[in-house]
Amino acid sequence: MTKIMIIGATSCIAEAVSKRYAKRGYEFYLVARNENRLKDLANDLKIRGAKSVNYGNHETITESLHNIDIVLIAYGTLGDQKACEQNVGLALQELNTNAISIMTLLTELANYFEQQKSGTIAVISSVAGDRGRQSNYIYGAAKGAVSIFLQGLRNRLYKSGVNVLTIKPGFVDTPMTKDFKKGLLWSSPENIAKGIEKAIDKKKDCVYLPFWWWGIMAFIRIIPEKIFKRMSL
Amino acid sequence: MRITSWGQYPLIDAEWNYVTRSHKKTIARGMGRSYGDSALYSHVTSSRFLNLFLDFDSEAGYLRLGAGVTLGEILELSIPKGWFLPVTPGTQYVTVGGAIASDVHGKNHHRQGCFSEYVESFLLCLGNGEVVNCSRNQYPDLFKATCGGMGLTGIILEVTIKLQSIQSTFIDQIILKTKSLEETLELFETHTNSTYSVAWIDCLNQGRSRLILGEHAKGEIKLQNHSSLSIPFNFPVLNSLSIKMFNEMYYRAKKLNQEVYYQQFFYPLDKIKNWNRLYGKKGFTQYQFVIPKAVGLEGLKTILNKLRVANRNSFLAVLKMFGKQNENYLSFPIEGYTLALDFKLDKYLFDFLNELDSIVLHFGGRLYLTKDCRMSEKVFKQSYPQWQVFQSTREKYYALDKFESLQSRRIGL
Repeated sequence: MTKIMIIGATSCIAEAVSKRYAKRGYEFYLVARNENRLKDLANDLKIRGAKSVNYGNHETITESLHNIDIVLIAYGTLGDQKACEQNVGLALQELNTNAISIMTLLTELANYFEQQKSGTIAVISSVAGDRGRQSNYIYGAAKGAVSIFLQGLRNRLYKSGVNVLTIKPGFVDTPMTKDFKKGLLWSSPENIAKGIEKAIDKKKDCVYLPFWWWGIMAFIRIIPEKIFKRMSL
Repeated sequence: MRITSWGQYPLIDAEWNYVTRSHKKTIARGMGRSYGDSALYSHVTSSRFLNLFLDFDSEAGYLRLGAGVTLGEILELSIPKGWFLPVTPGTQYVTVGGAIASDVHGKNHHRQGCFSEYVESFLLCLGNGEVVNCSRNQYPDLFKATCGGMGLTGIILEVTIKLQSIQSTFIDQIILKTKSLEETLELFETHTNSTYSVAWIDCLNQGRSRLILGEHAKGEIKLQNHSSLSIPFNFPVLNSLSIKMFNEMYYRAKKLNQEVYYQQFFYPLDKIKNWNRLYGKKGFTQYQFVIPKAVGLEGLKTILNKLRVANRNSFLAVLKMFGKQNENYLSFPIEGYTLALDFKLDKYLFDFLNELDSIVLHFGGRLYLTKDCRMSEKVFKQSYPQWQVFQSTREKYYALDKFESLQSRRIGL
């Protein structure tokens, strides 16, 4: 029986991922702050076929690390870039949520998995971490830091047989992006969840979701800085 | 935020929020699969997070769930345990809340009625913030107003439905070809014992048809992977020539009787995600009307004749015989024949549809609110005689001035 721990379990993408694994009869340990939603979600997953569902909060993670096969870290915030530019406190808060707290968790998880010598650590990063842009560089810096941290971790844990997966979604239609104008490049959380499940199953290292974001980001990355600095992306 | 519904018309700016107990003047919105402006307003309330299952009694087939769960998700859960939706519309991408608000019907209406027949109860959030449990015994007037009430009585939060048991995921399908509308209507009558019946008709050729009949097969529950194609952007390929060609080919298609997978039988169009984009970005509308049985043939002939004279063709023209009307105040089906026609929008279309309206009214028929984006207040009030009961029920339960859509404003509710 496979056991999955999901941190940030009530995020839209995480819920969609859970529903997929529930159908496969997985065991769950869910972590989130919204306890009411967590309770309802746990009930839903059991109806969908989950073998067992337990849940808790950030403080209970350590004690719950037993026979976990997969960990998915799915929480994050999309702060107001303009406000962060004016208020370093806000900027640090964003960096703390989206980078430092994740690295803190990963440090503990890495040691656990290294001893266990098997399993998968999957983290939702973002295409925004691939290159700094004026419109979104605080979030981008946090996600970029996480992506690089994961590269190192993957390298370290390879010899222990632990898989580290970096997930880089593009634009996803979730409450985090509620007020954005949606267009051709947008995906549903369900679609992203399908990609995450597949990437975890196939023990991938890094995936762009949907896959064609790889092409877009490859293009964005090769634009020379001389030109890039004049653009308003 | 810019929002629109399935017909891509109208397209409006709206504020978007999720369900809370207190709200501004608003309308509930699920998947946005109604065709016109029933789920559009300057402020909409999304049922997106009412998307959890609450309880499933897989022995007796009762399911309690959030109003934002889609019919497709229900089937994914229920089919492996041998349960199916007793009534389903032509797409599985609608929420259960939307299915109640539209009181949807399916290919088995003549035998099993509308979706609401299988709704045991639901929790409704009223305009004063109170949440009440509605059923046929508790708040029966509110139940009858909400089923088919286009979201105008409140916000449906949780629903309990009764499912129907099946032994197979396949449908035994029989297709009968007919040469004329008369023959099609006769065959509907002959096959009134078939569980499912629907006809695709060719509007420009005397209404020649393919009448499709279906029965749940015996055998075993087997799941198949169903691939789908997606239309990522507006790609207007449907025009009078391509429609003519499609109709000719479809009529001639050979394969008649076979066992088909349930998705192919019930949701053929779901195979092409966003097929609405094939009409281009100006959008389209579906004109679905019903004409009472006694004058059905004459009424349908008059309408088809009108289409021929105006040289307007519909990509899909779906004809269905309805059974008895239910007690809900605004449910669309009345005993008779319903025909659904798709039209790409152009500047003369609404004038043309106004002419069709007068024919439909003349024969004592009416239009389906779920598909409508343009019916006048006069046409609505004349053809839905219970609109006043509906309105006074709304008043009694604090819905007036609280739950409104562009459509309700237009038709004077």
